[in-house]
Amino acid sequence: MSVVTVQLGQCGNQVGQELFDVLCSDEGHRTTYRAASCERFFHQNTHGDLRARAVLIDMEPKVINQSMTKAAKSGRWRYGDTSYFSQKQGSGNNWANGYCVHGPRHREVVEELVRREVECCDRLAGLMAMMSVAGGTGSGVGTYVTQCLRDIYPKAFILNHLTWPYGTGEVIVQNYNSVLTLAHLYQLSDAILVHENDTVHRICSQLLNIKHISFSDVNRVIAHQLGSVLQPALTADSYGVYSRNPLGEMVSALACHPEYKLLSVFTIPQMPSSSIAYSTFSWPGLLKHLRQMLISNSKMEEGIDWQVHPPTSSEKTRSLTGANFNTSVANLLILRGKDVYSAETGGFEDPALYTSWLSSAEAFNLWKSPVLFNKYEKSATLVSNSQALLRPLDNMVGKAWNMFASRAYIHQYIKFGISEEDFLDSFTSLEQVISSYSQM
Amino acid sequence: MTQSVVVQVGQCGNQVGCRFWDLALREHAHVNKKGLYDEALSSFFRNVDSRKSDGRACGIGGRIQHLKARAVLVDMEEGVVKEILQGPLREVFDSTQLLTDVSGSGNNWAVGYVTYGSAYREQIVDKLRKAAEHCDCLQCFFLIHSMGGGTGSGLGTRVLNLLEEEFPEVCRIVTSIYPSAEDDVITSPYNSVLAMKELTEHADCVLPVENQSLVDIVNKIKHMSHGGKPGSTIKTNCTVISGQGGLTGAEKPFDAMNNIVANLLLNMTSSARFDGSLNMDLNEIAMNLVPFPRLHYLVPSLTPLYTLADVSVPTRRLDQMFSDAFSKDHQLIRADPKHSLYLACALMVRGQVQVSDLRRNIERLKPSLPFVSWNQEGWKTGLCSVPPVGHSHSLLALANNTCVKPTFMELRERFTKLYKKKAHLHHYLHVEGMEQSCFSEAISSLSSLIEEYHSLDATKGKLMPDAPRLSIAR
Ligand SMILES: Nc1nc2c(ncn2[C@@H]2O[C@H](COP(=O)(O)OP(=O)(O)O)[C@@H](O)[C@H]2O)c(=O)[nH]1
Ligand SMILES: Nc1nc2c(ncn2[C@@H]2O[C@H](COP(=O)(O)OP(=O)(O)O)[C@@H](O)[C@H]2O)c(=O)[nH]1
Ligand SMILES: [Mg+2]
Ligand SMILES: [Mg+2]
Repeated sequence: MSVVTVQLGQCGNQVGQELFDVLCSDEGHRTTYRAASCERFFHQNTHGDLRARAVLIDMEPKVINQSMTKAAKSGRWRYGDTSYFSQKQGSGNNWANGYCVHGPRHREVVEELVRREVECCDRLAGLMAMMSVAGGTGSGVGTYVTQCLRDIYPKAFILNHLTWPYGTGEVIVQNYNSVLTLAHLYQLSDAILVHENDTVHRICSQLLNIKHISFSDVNRVIAHQLGSVLQPALTADSYGVYSRNPLGEMVSALACHPEYKLLSVFTIPQMPSSSIAYSTFSWPGLLKHLRQMLISNSKMEEGIDWQVHPPTSSEKTRSLTGANFNTSVANLLILRGKDVYSAETGGFEDPALYTSWLSSAEAFNLWKSPVLFNKYEKSATLVSNSQALLRPLDNMVGKAWNMFASRAYIHQYIKFGISEEDFLDSFTSLEQVISSYSQM
Repeated sequence: MTQSVVVQVGQCGNQVGCRFWDLALREHAHVNKKGLYDEALSSFFRNVDSRKSDGRACGIGGRIQHLKARAVLVDMEEGVVKEILQGPLREVFDSTQLLTDVSGSGNNWAVGYVTYGSAYREQIVDKLRKAAEHCDCLQCFFLIHSMGGGTGSGLGTRVLNLLEEEFPEVCRIVTSIYPSAEDDVITSPYNSVLAMKELTEHADCVLPVENQSLVDIVNKIKHMSHGGKPGSTIKTNCTVISGQGGLTGAEKPFDAMNNIVANLLLNMTSSARFDGSLNMDLNEIAMNLVPFPRLHYLVPSLTPLYTLADVSVPTRRLDQMFSDAFSKDHQLIRADPKHSLYLACALMVRGQVQVSDLRRNIERLKPSLPFVSWNQEGWKTGLCSVPPVGHSHSLLALANNTCVKPTFMELRERFTKLYKKKAHLHHYLHVEGMEQSCFSEAISSLSSLIEEYHSLDATKGKLMPDAPRLSIAR
């Protein structure tokens, strides 16, 4: 089964390009793994050339040109020559401009591009839309396009991969754009997988020791984490055959309740590529760290708070649990590399990690693959539906709400057809999400 | 890529405009080594093959034939435009882009706005449409004018109205030269206040520039380049007042001052003309910097003003550049942003500067800069990889800051002084179609603008509680 990716806006098109690069260069020696990965993400022509199953969309031409050129230069894969749509003038950091103007104006072209890509798949596993939430095109057009896809493919799994903005410095109205995007996507998407730029930036500087960090450094980290989720793996009941539908199985493992759709990723190890060859890891060590990363909500194995522990059964009555304990709705653990079958994952099955309304057997899922991923001898990734994004979401909504209280910048949105009422609806639905996650 | 059209009106508008075109050509010549007409050039220039009788433009990627400025020049006297047509920039303009009259506006806003505005309306719209038709995707109009005279002030703001009527979707960024207190135009307070009402109502962004600030900066640079401290010699061709390397030879009065304004425009448009790792589109300026429609006055500051001959301690100098952008003597109006309130701030950087340099400096400066409570993180940044000619890097800060208020209050005072005595009023009321109510409406528009800044100012330093969040019924 195959996944069709839709890359939107500057961020979506830059992150997407890095993702396909990782997926393609992650050779794996086993031909079944390779074949499964290829079928998922690439279309292979009779000469064996790989073309990404992707559609590129932006309202300005520069980024798409760059991404297509980079892909072609890799010599290993490329984008389809006609799988893109660009315009001349961006959305000016305005969600309303993307959602109300550009989206509807180009609806047919975009739908046609996606339809063509879907028709190239023997069977469609689902759609993945990639974008940032802070700008105008990815956020606004991305939301609109997701809505169209939901209409056309009501049964398909739709995953949104979102990049959340740095706290400061790039787009002043980023919290408005983020709120509008998230509130709308929450109604449309099956699951929302989030990377926060600040967090990934810290990984680049502290774990990878990069001095002058560029977007492509950040994107490589995102691509590595995403790749480790999306590449073929064996699920508990797949009997030695690679699972067929990564999106569908991920959604059913993690997003079992419409109130809880926010997923974040924890990966270990992450290190400069020059050090990989000289490092060895043991599964117990990796998993012990990863578990602590999860419960203390730390995206890095450095500087973990080892004091955080799951509440004992007497503390389970909420308020007593340490404020820093990160409660999960559901977790999906993906192990790749050497000796995966011997890895002991019991620590993640502890009921104390989860809400009371799901048994840990339902809340925890495990995928494995013996194939080394992206040069790491062993690699563990946890996709978590937990309170991990609660604080950044609450911050985002709080700042946007403060701004909204003085009605600052609202006229810029009204100009394109968004009303104060629409803002209020979005705030209301995100407050609902915040409340759900905080009352777990 | 998108294109922009410059509309320069009146003596000042045309003189500043010409400095812009001269320095823009110098900058592109510096960067464009192959002589090919590229996207960067296309944003402000057409490439016209003069052998073809219809003067049709040639496409991107071909050789540069004849560059024509995407501009419309309007003046109601002939002098300035005539001089341009005899000077080295004559090649850049077509007679079809020009509109002149012979008798001038007599430093009277009403003559410009009402009389000429009505007489030339069709012709102006026609020329604007032509300029727009030459664009493949028109993003922005840049209007350049002075506030104190008659043509730029009156007809200029009338043109602004026409732009809004004809091209409602195209962004309007206005560069307005404000008169100094000792301006030789006696009626300049009237003209400025009448023009202000139009700017407040019809522009997307206004970049106010005060002649007094330009004079101060010019004097400072000249002083430095004559007896500065030893070791701090200024490279004379590396200052924001220098036009060296441009087409125009001998300097005229105002040239040094106008070069500063030209540099402001070059830096603001650099991200739209050249590549960079963090592009800032022109339509992102208003979106990020204008929280309320009327409060769209963005105080510009330029750094560095000059490059020292000795090259040392680059990082410190880079950080100095960021500090200077917030100091009083780098602002293009007489104002002190640090001691007023920021609503939002953009940093548009050019040259070899990294995102990490930006982040470091914002973190460093933030604590000393008061921001309005609901926009504590009101920073917008752009990085353009191509530095200005003669510099390794540069910074243009655009501050939406309540520090514009004193300038506006001073203007109101000067207006009131004249208006109380009804001085020169009859010159205006003689103009057919001009009513005395225009004066009272203009002054009350200005007063309410001042009041709006004032009430924001009043929140400064007060700890504003977060707005109570929506509560959700469960
Ligand atoms: N991680 C990452 N973030 C990006 C990238 N490009 C832009 N962003 C982020 O995206 C936001 C701006 O949105 P952008 O995608 O440029 O706007 P759009 O083109 O209108 O969709 C900011 O929060 C940036 O930090 C990228 O390549 N990688
Ligand atoms: N900075 C600058 N100011 C000018 C220039 N020419 C005139 N001014 C100022 O503009 C005001 C007079 O307006 P002017 O442009 O001459 O009138 P107009 O031709 O009727 O628009 C006065 O405040 C002058 O000091 C110039 O080239 N540069
Ligand atoms: Mg962008
Ligand atoms: Mg004059």
